[in-house]
Order: sequence, then structure tokens, then C-alpha cells
Amino acid sequence: MSGSERIFNALFWLYLVAFGLYLFAPLIIMGAAAFNESRFPTVIPWQGTTTDWFAAMWADRTMWQSLWTSLIVAVCVVVVAVPIGTAAALVLTSLHARAKGFAYALMVSPLLTPGVVIGISTLILWRQLGIGGGIFLIVLAQSTFIICYVMLMVMARLQRFDRTQEEAALGLGASKVMVFRRVTLPFLRPALLAASGLAVLQSVENYNTTLFVRGFETPLTVFIATKVRTGLTPAVNALALIIIAATVVGAIAFEIARRRRAGRPSP
Amino acid sequence: MSHSVELAGIGMTFGTTRAVSDVTFKVREGEFFSILGPSGCGKTTILRMIAGFIEPTEGRVLIGGRDMKGLGPNQRPTAMIFQSLALFPLMTVWENIAFGLEARGVGKAERRAKAEELLRLIALEGYGNRMPGELSGGQRQRVAIARALAVEPGVLLLDEPLSALDLKLRQHMRAELRALQKRTGVTFIYITHDQSEALAMSDRVAVMSAGLLQQVATPRELYDNPATPFVARFVGETNALAGRITEVAGGQARIETALGALTGRAGQGAAAGQAGTIYIRPEALMPGGATNSLTAKVERVDFEGAFALVHGAFADGAALAASVPSTRLGDAPAPGAEARFGFQPEHAVVLGDG
Amino acid sequence: MGDLYRRFGPGLSTIFVALVLVWLAGMVLAPNLMMIDYALRPNLPPAAIGGPTDTYSLANIAYLAGEATHRTIFLKTIWASALVALTTFLVCYPIAFWMAQRATVGQLSVVLLLIIIPFFINEVLRTLAWFIILAYRGPLNAVLMNLGIIEAPIRWQGDGGVLAAMVYAYILFMLLPIYNAIESLEKAQIEAARDLGASPWRIHTRVVIPHAKAGIATGFVFTFMLAAGSYVAPALLGAPGSRWFTEIIYNWFFEGGDWNRGAAYALVLLVLCLAVVLVTLKIARVNLADVAK
Repeated sequence: MSGSERIFNALFWLYLVAFGLYLFAPLIIMGAAAFNESRFPTVIPWQGTTTDWFAAMWADRTMWQSLWTSLIVAVCVVVVAVPIGTAAALVLTSLHARAKGFAYALMVSPLLTPGVVIGISTLILWRQLGIGGGIFLIVLAQSTFIICYVMLMVMARLQRFDRTQEEAALGLGASKVMVFRRVTLPFLRPALLAASGLAVLQSVENYNTTLFVRGFETPLTVFIATKVRTGLTPAVNALALIIIAATVVGAIAFEIARRRRAGRPSP
Repeated sequence: MSHSVELAGIGMTFGTTRAVSDVTFKVREGEFFSILGPSGCGKTTILRMIAGFIEPTEGRVLIGGRDMKGLGPNQRPTAMIFQSLALFPLMTVWENIAFGLEARGVGKAERRAKAEELLRLIALEGYGNRMPGELSGGQRQRVAIARALAVEPGVLLLDEPLSALDLKLRQHMRAELRALQKRTGVTFIYITHDQSEALAMSDRVAVMSAGLLQQVATPRELYDNPATPFVARFVGETNALAGRITEVAGGQARIETALGALTGRAGQGAAAGQAGTIYIRPEALMPGGATNSLTAKVERVDFEGAFALVHGAFADGAALAASVPSTRLGDAPAPGAEARFGFQPEHAVVLGDG
Repeated sequence: MGDLYRRFGPGLSTIFVALVLVWLAGMVLAPNLMMIDYALRPNLPPAAIGGPTDTYSLANIAYLAGEATHRTIFLKTIWASALVALTTFLVCYPIAFWMAQRATVGQLSVVLLLIIIPFFINEVLRTLAWFIILAYRGPLNAVLMNLGIIEAPIRWQGDGGVLAAMVYAYILFMLLPIYNAIESLEKAQIEAARDLGASPWRIHTRVVIPHAKAGIATGFVFTFMLAAGSYVAPALLGAPGSRWFTEIIYNWFFEGGDWNRGAAYALVLLVLCLAVVLVTLKIARVNLADVAK
């Protein structure tokens, strides 16, 4: 190894460490601050270790209210987005080349639309119909783009589907509805579960779109953002730490399940 | 209702490609009928038209004398076994077998009983709760057959179902399929590109080429009396020598080739003055021989025990293939040498070209 | 469509098509058309709506062009978003290259998991994390002062803070497309280039980057769009002097009470983003179908 290469390698590992620090230091500091007695969330100076902020967070009724709101919204989003996204994937895969290109562009356009614009346009349309911001509009606006994710995941799974299975079922006398229910849908199940998980995550973490259509509702992200501006205490960090722990566990479980599936010869 | 299958002038055009043109034949009830041809000859298209996955663009499909037009695959008395088998990977073996019954609204207990019965038939008792992925290739094959038989179809359509198996298993499954067909009496329509498979199993065989029906006959007849040059070359090995037909009389035809005048049985299109070809089976060529004498250059002799395969080339460049019984091998020439062969006129056929 | 009908039968096909139409017509097209309608009308008291003054015009958009502060903020949002995309690219490229070409299978699976985890965490929380770090009496200033690098605390909030948090938030959108693109480059090509005496710089600019062009374009498009449309980072980490275009839009809706102007501003933002998307894809010759993966 030449000298310049050694320097280059050392620089690269330095960069890698810096990258890791950049990625995780913020999360670690935020989590650690939840245990600091200091009234403002920080780690320096450390004023003593406490779990009081968790208790404070636990006692905060408005926090529970917004958590509840977020969960209701997330469940509704799954109910709306998963069937529509699945239908979109099935319709798209059976279109012919030219129509397909156009339909595809239209169907992924919400992903390329800024979240605030989705919120605003939904808000405007429904005001015309006399309906203001609230849970209903949050669900609609979030679903608008979450459907895209569902569609892409279902399409990826559909690409691996052997359609002679459908023909075989049909040839054995099954009706088309039965073919869908017993053959196609079970095959899509893993993708639908993964898409539901992703939809919940996307819904709960959404802020930009939700902000415009929330009306008088305060979902979790809005709750946290408001706290940051009006009176941030480490109780918010405690909440953040719990959410992070839950997401990390969920993400790891999701990844492990995905890799285990990928490692196994697919049915 | 009988389960004969009749194709009346069916044709299929995909966009601008003509996959099948004007095919007419009738499969008798309870027959083991094969459709043989190279890949892309339209045989799978015909099978899918019988099954109802596609509607022919011309002609009619009749099953038991009834026109099947407009009936979907789930409304026809047919069941299909796919090349990929298309077992349902997320259902157990017995659920796979009983799927057709489920589609007919049969209760669970009865379905289970019927599945067990079929598992016995295919010698897979006790495998009902396995998943298809846990079975071997041959076992999956048998499950696919049982699944198709469970609905008691009048006609079973098989799309090269043995092609994924290794040679030994394939030969075993051939016998098993044939026995199964005899036992159940179901009409089998079997698609294959493997001629030995078609000849060994079938009552009758239809040979297809480039979307056109070439011949429908028993295996023996196909081999001995090919109706077209395609059939003569495609079914079994053959020595083909081109020439001009000089005389047709008494069921025999005389043809003038580059190797001299030869005589064989007069086949289709054999008329005096026409361009024609004489087809001689390898086992008909004998070393020496006085009648129909031919000279060829021997290139290789593969000794196989009971007989030896002699490869070489005729003087006009056509390939020589002769299978000589070991008992007569003493006369066989060494590789590199010129040798004389002869054959009996009744063991060769002369067909008109084109 | 005939294929769909044949495959699923009339009942299911109708349901599928109806669901898709509800989405595309009701949730994608109608809201955008209504937004355009709003953007082109004046803001009138309820009594005057539908009256003689209720006519279409470009007045709301012209207002943006004429209002110096808003125009400045708009232009700044554009270049700052481009800067975010560029910075994210610079931060991500080396690691993407390393992951795609150098890392072992074991290293790769660990690093991928580590990178994906922060992405799963809420954008608001990630921004909150930066809010804490960059606070005036926060850890960053404390560390820098203890190290003697700075004398007095620095006020990080403002442009710098917004940049740091946005890059942080969008790393994955840049990293994954680039990684996927570089991964498909044969190792032999790089070795051949080196064998021919190319310097590392040349290898990257002449071999790797042209090969990864589609992935880089995809990363740019997403990062730019997300940055330009972001609200939370500028709202939490910005200073009065570092306002973002989305904040102006928000004010029209919830403080200024002029939805028509707000709609016009949102429309301008949408058009800007779509233009950047289309132009970038055109330049890099990337198909839209390859972007959303």
C-alpha cells in the first residue's frame, strides 16, 4: 500500500466515523436529555439523573389525546390506502404500454408533489364542499400519497407472481372472485402487511401535509412541534425516546422479516 | 354427455402473427391423444383454446358435440395441468387437490375425504398436510395430476407436464400417466415436443408445424407412413435422399437420386415427374445388400451392444444414419472407408416435396 | 383495461377501477384543479363571490413577483433547496460508493440497517434533535467552548441549522438511489480505468459518476422537492432572517386569511418542483418510471 493510499484510507475511515456521528449523535443526545434534571433538554451540563420527565410525560393528558388522534388517523389511512393502492397496482399491471406510461406518471405524481401542497389543495377542495380541517381531511390528504407507497410495494410483489396459478384455479372451476380471494390475495399478503406497516409509520410521522388539514385536531407531530415552540421540557424528549425505541424495534423486526423472506426461495 | 373433443377449422391470430391456421381433428372419448411439434408450432395455443383461456379467432371447439364458444375455463368440462404445474404454494397439498371441489361448494369434510382418496391414488398418502414446496419434483407432479382429477373432468389437458423432470423420473411418470388414463377413462390431450414421449404413450398423435396440422395418426402409422416431409423428418431419425420421381405403380414409387435409382413405397404426393424425397429409417439400412444399393462414406461407428450406430455421409452430401444389429456387424466397414448399404422397398417411403 | 376485465371479471374489475378513480380524480386531480381555481381568483368577502369582481386573473401570482420580501424568500428557497441537495450529495457520495463497491457483505448489511433506522424516525423528532444540539446553551456550543475552538456561544439557528437538519433528514433519499446505481457498475471497469493510469478523481468523474447519473438525478429530485416543500425544519430551526417559502404560504392560510394568495403561492411551489423534476430527469435522461423505486 502506497503512502498516499494509506492517507486516503485514514481519511475515509475518519469520514465514516463522522458520518456515523452525524447520523446518531443527535438521536443519542436527544434520548439522553430525557434523563437530565435540567429544565431545558440538554446533556451539558448534566444536572443529575432522573426519570421524572417520563412521569411528567405520562401525566400529560394532551399528549395522550394527540397520540390517540394519530392512531385513529393511522388506522383510517390503512383502511383507505391499502385497498386503493392494491387496486391501483392491479389496474396498472394490466394496462397496455402507452396507457401505462401516462397512468404511471399520474399515479406517482403525489410522491413528487411537496407535502404542503397536498395538504393545501385538499383543504381548499373540501372547504368548497363545506368540510373543514379535521380527522377526515387528515386521512384523505395523507392517503393521497401513502397510496403511492402501497401501490409500489404491491407492484413489486406482483412482478414475482406466476399468473398460471390464476389460470389453474380458473381451470379447476373457480369463479374470478374466488381466484382473487384464494390465490392472488394470499400471494399479496406479505406485501399488504408490509405496506400497512409502512402506511402507519408514514401517517404517524407526517407533519407537512397534516399541518394544513388538521383543523382543531392535534396529532402527535403537531403536538411535539408546538411544544418545541411554546415550552420545550425534557418530557418531550422522554416521549421522543419512547417513540424512537418503538420505531427502532419495529424497523429492525421489519428488516429481519424482510431479509428472512428474501433469503428463502419465494413460493 | 360424452367427452370427445372436436376442433373444426380453428385458427388463432395474435396481432399480426398467425399462431394456428385451420386445424381440424377429432379426439375420441377416453383416448390418450398427443399433440406433437417443435416449440412455437402452435400446440400450446390449441390447448389453451380447448381449455377456454383464449377464444379462437376462427372455427369452433366442440366438447361432447357442444360448442364451447363463450364459455370460460371454469365452465368447461376440462382441467389443465400446466408446464409449471402452477400448484398453489400457500395452500397445503390436500387444499390444492380439493380446490376444484371448494370452487363447487363441496363441504370441507367431503373435500378432505376426496383428497385422501386421490392421495391414495397417486401413492402420496400422509402427505396431505405438507406444503407443495416441501415435495420433490415427481411428487409435485402427481399432486398436480390429482388436483386436476379431483374435479372429475371429462377431458384432461396436459401441457408438457414432464419437461421439468429428469430422464429417469420422466420415463417412470410416462408409464404412470398412461396407467392412470386407462384406469380413469378420462380423455387425455397431451402436449409435447418430445416424440418418444408422444409415441410411447398415445393412442393417436397429431403432429403440428408452424401453426399447421401435418398428420393425425397412430404412433405406428406416423412412423411407418409419414404423410408429409416434416413428419418424416421430425418423427424418428431418417435418411433423406432427394430426387425426381420417375414411376409410380402398384403402391411403389421409383425415384432417380444422385446415388442412382431407388424404390420405396409410394407415399403422399408421389407422382411421376415430380420432385420427391425417399425416406429410409436407420434400422432399414443393412450393410451390403443387393436391392436399392447405396454407397456412403462411414465416419463413426458407435457400438451400443445390441446394435451399432453408423454415422457418415452419402455421396450427395446427405447424412447417413444406420443402426446395424450386432449379429451383422461383421459386415460393417471401418470408419473412413466407403461402404455399401441396401434396403427393402417396403421399408422406405417416397413423398412428393412441397 | 380489457386484460383487467378478463383477469378479474366484471365485479372485481369495476371495484378496482372505481377505487383508482376515487383516488386519481377525487384525491389527486380535483384538489389540484380547485387549488388552481383559487389561485386565479381574487380574495373576496362571501357576498361578492360570483359577483362582477369575481374574475380570473394572474393578480395573485403577480403579487408574489411584486412583493420584494416574498420574492426574495422564494428565490432563496430555490437556491437553498439546491444547496441542500448538493450538500446531501457530497455527504452521501463517498459512503454510497464505499457501500456499493468496497464494503463486504457483512459490513453492507450492518451499514444499511444503521442508515435505515434514523430514516424510520419521525422528521419532527429528527428536527427536534437538532434543535436541542444547536440550542444557544446546547451541547454543540458547550463542546466547542470546552475545546477552546470558540470563545462565546454561537447562534446556530438560522440558515446553518436549517441546512444541517435538512441534509440530515433527506440523506436516505439521496443515498439509496446513488448506492443502487453505483452497485450496478462492474468492478472491472474501475480496475480497468485505474490500470490505464487514471487518477481517483478521474475515475470518479469519468467512470463512476456518469454511470450513476440516473441515481444521482433521482436523489437530487427528491431532495430538492422535499427541501423546498419542508415546513418543520425552517419553522423550528430558522431565525426571523431565514424564513422559508412554505412559512409564507402557511401565513396566508392561517394568519393572513387570504387563501387565494396562499393557493397561488402553493401553485408556484408545485410548478417549481415539477419543473425541477422534469428538467433534471430530462437532462439526466431518466425515465419517470425508474424514479419511484
